[in-house]
Amino acid sequence: MEEFAVVLVESTSQAMRLENLLHMDGIQSKLIPVPRFLSSSCGNCLRIDLSSIEAVKKVIEKHHFANASVEIVQM
Amino acid sequence: MADFSSQAQDTKIYFDNAATSWPKPPQMIEAMAEFSRQAGANPGRAGHRMAIDSARIVYETREAIAGLFHCADPLRVIFTSNVTEAINLGLFGLLKAGDHVITTSMEHNAVMRPLRYLQAQGVDLSIAPCSREGYLDPCDVRREIRKNTRMIVMTHASNVSGTLMPAAEIGRIAHENDLLLMVDAAQSAGVVPIDMQKDQIDLLAFTGHKSLYGPMGTGGLVIGERVDLANFKPLKMGGTGSNSENEIQPAFLPDKFESGTLNVIGLAGLLASLRWIYQNGIDQIRAHEESLTRAFLEGARSIENLRLYGPSDAAVKTSVIPFTLDGKDNGQIGEWLDERYGIFCRVGLHCAPAAARTMEVFPEGTIRFSLGYFNQLSEIDYALEALRTLSER
Repeated sequence: MEEFAVVLVESTSQAMRLENLLHMDGIQSKLIPVPRFLSSSCGNCLRIDLSSIEAVKKVIEKHHFANASVEIVQM
Repeated sequence: MADFSSQAQDTKIYFDNAATSWPKPPQMIEAMAEFSRQAGANPGRAGHRMAIDSARIVYETREAIAGLFHCADPLRVIFTSNVTEAINLGLFGLLKAGDHVITTSMEHNAVMRPLRYLQAQGVDLSIAPCSREGYLDPCDVRREIRKNTRMIVMTHASNVSGTLMPAAEIGRIAHENDLLLMVDAAQSAGVVPIDMQKDQIDLLAFTGHKSLYGPMGTGGLVIGERVDLANFKPLKMGGTGSNSENEIQPAFLPDKFESGTLNVIGLAGLLASLRWIYQNGIDQIRAHEESLTRAFLEGARSIENLRLYGPSDAAVKTSVIPFTLDGKDNGQIGEWLDERYGIFCRVGLHCAPAAARTMEVFPEGTIRFSLGYFNQLSEIDYALEALRTLSER
């Protein structure tokens, strides 16, 4: 079983903005469809490593992503 | 006349860039063809790679626009079909009966007509007068401010005279008085530097197909941080690809204002054009257009019957040059320029009757040459020679 984290945001545009902001901070992420068991207003989310969760949360806060959340995924 | 016509058949001198720029950068054409061939899916409506590629084009265009106008958040770039729709969004979305709005006497109908409509619905309207050359004295705007003033809306550069407006000074006045400033950058975006933060512009309306050298059907409104989004109504509502479980329009940007499928092929073209602008540099584009404008103005002064309007100094205007020939009909001159010399320009009021009245050329209007980055000095010389000949007829 694989374990990783996803960042849920409100729209694909937000996901792309966050992806770029993370990239500028040297944090890897990948745009993927939202795993089916999670509920999100947007069809896409950002996959990140478990090790970057804290750094990602700081970026989310700094840039005021109002309804973003980080979820742990096992699949 | 026939011999002139045949001579002009081979000549194509395009001086109507204020209406739409031509030619376009080859990169724009290629990007639009490439989009049709390779991408072409609906952005943000699915998770497959083709949809993601399409959404990325849209997002990168937002970033390029935000960077060009110094807006920190690309999601505050709202795409519309043109600058007119962007201006309508700002005016109808933010103004309500009982509010007061100030504009200038140099506005295009894209600003004037929605304002006149709103005025009939109970919005108070003041029009700050400009000089015959199109100059706006910021004191004349300050003087109009009242208790219920909500917004100042004005052009950044007149489409009739080319006069550059004092956006930064008006921005300061707007902020000192807690008003919003909306700027119509139809004629300036891409050729005059615009810094929304430094100039304190709250709403910037732009079009893609003029001095941004993109395709028609692209444009947008960039929304600054001071704008109260909760009290900003969308012009249209519908599918956004987000929040699909909910029948209420999303409140977040850009989705709140962008319902329905975007003109992604147009944005793909606009993105390529924006990259072309970044590559050339606004300063270089401006310098070239300014030198052509200066050359035309200098040459035109030696044509006895030619009357120039607007600022006489190329440094304080865009490359829009209005003129008339004494004793000649503007329409006739436009026709002769086209048929005999292959010079394409616009004649008339240029959708801005207020500006024509201010410049005292109403209702006849003017002949308007509007130059672009692809024009050459040799074309200016040729046009001056043509006008010299026509003026002596």
